[in-house]
Amino acid sequence: MTPAGIRTEIISILGDIAPDEDLTSLQDDVPFREQIELDSMDFLDIVMELRKRHRVQVPEADYGQLVSMASTVKYLEPLMKDA
Amino acid sequence: MYDTIIIGAGMSGLAAGIRLAYYDQRVCILERHNTIGGLNSFYRLRGRDYDVGLHAVTNFTPLGAKRGPLARLLRQLRFQWADFGLAPQIGSAIAFPGVELKFGNDIELFEAEIARKFPGEKDNFRRLLQRLVDYDDLNPAHFEMSGRQVLDETIGAPLLREMILCPLMWYGNAAEHDMPFGQFCIMFRSIFLEGFARPLAGVRLILRNLIRKFRALGGELRLRSGVARIKVEGGRAVGVVLDDGRELQARRILSSAGLVETLRMCEDLTQADDHRGGRMSFVEAISVLDRQPQQFGHDRTIVFFNDSDQFHWQRPGELCDVRTGVVCSPNNYAYGAGEGLPDGILRISALANYERWAGLSEEQYRLEKLRWYDRLVESAVRFVPDHRSYVIDTDIFTPTTIRRFTWHNNGAVYGAPEKRFDGTTHLENLFLCGSDQGFVGIIGAIVSGITVANKHCLKG
Repeated sequence: MTPAGIRTEIISILGDIAPDEDLTSLQDDVPFREQIELDSMDFLDIVMELRKRHRVQVPEADYGQLVSMASTVKYLEPLMKDA
Repeated sequence: MYDTIIIGAGMSGLAAGIRLAYYDQRVCILERHNTIGGLNSFYRLRGRDYDVGLHAVTNFTPLGAKRGPLARLLRQLRFQWADFGLAPQIGSAIAFPGVELKFGNDIELFEAEIARKFPGEKDNFRRLLQRLVDYDDLNPAHFEMSGRQVLDETIGAPLLREMILCPLMWYGNAAEHDMPFGQFCIMFRSIFLEGFARPLAGVRLILRNLIRKFRALGGELRLRSGVARIKVEGGRAVGVVLDDGRELQARRILSSAGLVETLRMCEDLTQADDHRGGRMSFVEAISVLDRQPQQFGHDRTIVFFNDSDQFHWQRPGELCDVRTGVVCSPNNYAYGAGEGLPDGILRISALANYERWAGLSEEQYRLEKLRWYDRLVESAVRFVPDHRSYVIDTDIFTPTTIRRFTWHNNGAVYGAPEKRFDGTTHLENLFLCGSDQGFVGIIGAIVSGITVANKHCLKG
């Protein structure tokens, strides 16, 4: 999957987790938490959705990599290159 | 082999089940009773629907709120706000002799009432609110502080302290006399800072949505399937033995049966400390009326009453203690235009002693139910309009009814005083959710199931 494809997928996951949020103006370099109302439970869901949809395993030690869109895409790129 | 077996199909078990089934686990919920809901269940009698637990859904926040437990659980379970059909309360009150404090879903009304009835306490109440803001729920020492002590330090008027405690204890205190400050904060937020609401169809609407979602995700529910024993091998739970002797295997077990109740099932423990169980239980007199409560001047959603300046929160020595109680009218919610309940209903709760009720013969039980129905209503009509001439049907449930629905020791409504916040037990793959985890109310129970499922059953 390309970085653009991963980004689209993350937007789709965020749309499921937080259906009331406007994601069209999401800034990639700004932490998710500063733009949308996400708590630790919601972050777990990003990880779980990746596993459910793409069989991608994110170890708990790496959850911190998912802080913003840019860091998430960068982290997932090698893991999802064949997805 | 199941990934997770969940003991109990109450709010917390169903919520945990949805989370796990959503993420493709093979999940089975085992329920001893012949219906779902646990404490928050429902029944039908002589053609009418009744709720068991639900007076009000606490922790109510309106459509669009992004914070708070309700918003969080809707996101986690992938529900829309409208799915729970919540209509906000009209307004409630705390009634003590000669003083009434009204409150609603906006803290400003409560503050204004306190300023009017206790003019010297306005700033003290602000200080109490600040103590709540400062409360750190990650610090166990903060939780265990005495709620009464915090009130003594902030509020000057003893009567006001008692009036603030009354609804908080009624809606969620498993301990007697005092309540831990942590529980105080949880209850204060859910009642005074968030608020009350109810679906028109009662608790069954919420349960129906939960069970539908659970089943649609492939979850399995078995009713009339009580767990007699939890099988243990080498420090791990390996499965359960049902009341009828059948065995089921699972990688992990999540129990909403209560701490003591769950430990007693474990075959590696020879005895569980029964004295650690809770013992606060209730009796409730339900009156069906030939008119809506507002037609005879009763316009409150919930009234918490106490007939002296001192509020006593303890298990009664007698069958019941009717000095304090809660009057709930499910009619008095702001339902949609043209919507409403067909009959007027008043539900009156009082404190009760499980052992005394459980020790009665069938004949005595029937008689005592009638006797205490009269005493409960007689006590309540000192604080709400007398409605006795409008009654067309009645029912009463007791601690033994609660026991039948929940299987909790002593028919304890809010579980054991000692809470296990992280949901862990002596076994590495046996976890607890539900009232013994410190969350109470429908929203609290659901959040409890979600939290424990996330923490212990999904990661890794």
